[in-house]
Amino acid sequence: MAKGVMIVAEQRDGALRKISFELAATARKLADQSGDEVSAILLGAGVEGLAAELGKYGVDKVFVGDNAALEPYVTEAHAAVAAKIIKDNDPAIVLFGASVQGKDLSARVAAKLATGLATDCTDVKIDGGKLVCTRPMYAGKCFGEVVIDAMPQIASLRPNVFPAAENAKAGAVTKVDAAVEAQKSKILEVQKDTSGKVDLTEANVIVSGGRGMKGPEGYAILEELAEVLKGTVGASRAAVDAGWRPQKDQVGQTGKVVSPNLYIACGISGAIQHLAGMSSSKCIVAINKDAEAPIFTKADYGVVDDLFKVVPELTAVCKKLVA
Amino acid sequence: MNIIACVKQVPDTEAQIKVKADGSGIEEGQIKWVMNPYDEFGVEEALKLKEKNGGDVTIVSVGPARAMETIRTALAMGADKGVHICDPAFDNADAYVIANALAAVIKTLPHDIIFCGQRAIDDDAGQVGAMLAEALGLPQLTLVTKLEFAGASVKVIRPIEGAQLSIETALPCIVTAQKGLNEPRYASLPGIMKAKKKPVDVKNAAALGIPTDAKAKVAKTIPPPARPPGKIVCGDDPAQKAAELGRLLREEAKAI
Ligand SMILES: Cc1cc2nc3c(=O)[nH]c(=O)nc-3n(C[C@H](O)[C@H](O)[C@H](O)COP(=O)(O)OP(=O)(O)OC[C@H]3O[C@@H](n4cnc5c(N)ncnc54)[C@H](O)[C@@H]3O)c2cc1C
Ligand SMILES: Cc1cc2nc3c(=O)[nH]c(=O)nc-3n(C[C@H](O)[C@H](O)[C@H](O)COP(=O)(O)OP(=O)(O)OC[C@H]3O[C@@H](n4cnc5c(N)ncnc54)[C@H](O)[C@@H]3O)c2cc1C
Repeated sequence: MAKGVMIVAEQRDGALRKISFELAATARKLADQSGDEVSAILLGAGVEGLAAELGKYGVDKVFVGDNAALEPYVTEAHAAVAAKIIKDNDPAIVLFGASVQGKDLSARVAAKLATGLATDCTDVKIDGGKLVCTRPMYAGKCFGEVVIDAMPQIASLRPNVFPAAENAKAGAVTKVDAAVEAQKSKILEVQKDTSGKVDLTEANVIVSGGRGMKGPEGYAILEELAEVLKGTVGASRAAVDAGWRPQKDQVGQTGKVVSPNLYIACGISGAIQHLAGMSSSKCIVAINKDAEAPIFTKADYGVVDDLFKVVPELTAVCKKLVA
Repeated sequence: MNIIACVKQVPDTEAQIKVKADGSGIEEGQIKWVMNPYDEFGVEEALKLKEKNGGDVTIVSVGPARAMETIRTALAMGADKGVHICDPAFDNADAYVIANALAAVIKTLPHDIIFCGQRAIDDDAGQVGAMLAEALGLPQLTLVTKLEFAGASVKVIRPIEGAQLSIETALPCIVTAQKGLNEPRYASLPGIMKAKKKPVDVKNAAALGIPTDAKAKVAKTIPPPARPPGKIVCGDDPAQKAAELGRLLREEAKAI
């Protein structure tokens, strides 16, 4: 019978990504309810050394698939190896990260195993022996509780939502056969973003600007505030469509769905499509000169004033607070 | 080139979503239905490829009778023909069932490249493209923001967290469209007139011969958790407000 919780760890350039620890800690919590084991799949080239780190967050056993063909990530190769490990070990639950890679991989693996998948979950629990996944639908306008009537039950977890609590276990390595066929896809180039900023989906703090920023130059004050708070700058679609900010900065129903600890919306009216992308943030601040702007209905703290005056002052205040 | 674009009809992004009192789904009464915005990018890219390289574009959609409007919209944009998979058996389908239904149809059609949206903005699953790729045994390129056709292959750009990948894949393959890929055209009036005469083949589940039992089921739909009402930060001038906000974020919200 299918048993235990398995995670599919995510590494890039030889370092585990934060979501991997969130997965491990969540899996540990689920498995402890039934006294089951947590295992992990770790794929790449020369990645065995990372297994111990997974152990720190509650993983008992790590299946390491080592093969140069698995580096960098290619969907079909990773899916073939991951699906084989899952089949051979028959876990009841498999957790992926709802990162770009995790989403790409989880759907392919679920299809290979002819099972169901709940994407981008914000909560998972065991109820009556089954995994119950809570996930936003309609971009957070409502939530669905999803159950999966097949084995394994697969879910992907939204980054930044599940705590990565330490809970040391063995993290013992089992090497697996990671041979893959010749691939039809080839990575030609990996162009790294050199700004050194964390991606919006992984950021703890987001300082976001909309049409109220008046133009691309306006964002300088947001960059400064973000710098002080170690955050990342985001944007509304109006700002992206105006060409003030790149597409990757867009937050909302047709942009990124984010859930930072702190979201500061500056000069953003709070259109329903924007709210959809950020309303799961833990603390929301709105700075807008229009007291009637809908963004204030979602904000924990609202400042009704000119952002060009408030933001620089706030930056100065924060500098002192974090010093 | 034989190009396929999968389109889904979804509630307009402006739609207020109301959960049914018994949690069995959402109230559909007031909703305006549109083509999934990401599918517009897929259809546009399909049309651009056709215009440059010749060939034809087939639209495939699974959905109730009203989904025909969305197929017609794509035909009005310039696609050549459609397949409408319409059967109440799909009412509780999940991505796995939908992908297999799409695959059953696409297997019978010549195809060099297949477009999906990167996700449907209603269920937000983002699964169908990859599951369809698996069902057809083809490579998948998800979240594509740029595409170049090079005869027997395509080169694409796909953004990942903190980087951009440039990938080359042999055709046939599946591409899921992300915002940034192109600017979708509007249907012209003559386009709308012409679309009325373009062929759309309607198929039911029996004709596809695939199982329709969902693996993933939405047991309950619930409204989003209510946020406690917020505070308007007081102060006589911007400096005072900023100072008070800083204090609240530090001491009350513990967010900095
Ligand atoms: C299919 C579809 C998908 C969409 N997807 C998205 C999406 O993913 N993300 C998204 O953001 N939008 C999306 N939109 C667009 C959305 O409907 C809004 O048009 C957009 O969010 C508005 O951006 P904004 O708030 O920056 O601009 P506006 O609505 O113009 O708001 C600007 C705000 O700035 C304030 N302001 C101006 N000057 C100042 C100042 N000096 N100080 C303080 N405040 C000031 C104003 O009071 C106003 O509230 C989508 C729309 C459609 C149709
Ligand atoms: C409780 C419940 C009720 C449902 N009721 C209905 C219903 O009444 N009618 C119905 O048709 N479906 C229904 N479905 C199926 C569901 O709406 C989705 O089609 C399915 O779950 C796929 O997930 P997604 O839409 O999030 O697709 P995603 O994986 O997010 O979609 C990605 C892309 O795949 C393609 N795609 C997705 N769905 C379709 C489609 N249907 N046709 C063509 N291309 C598609 C599009 O290109 C889309 O951009 C229901 C599902 C559930 C769980």
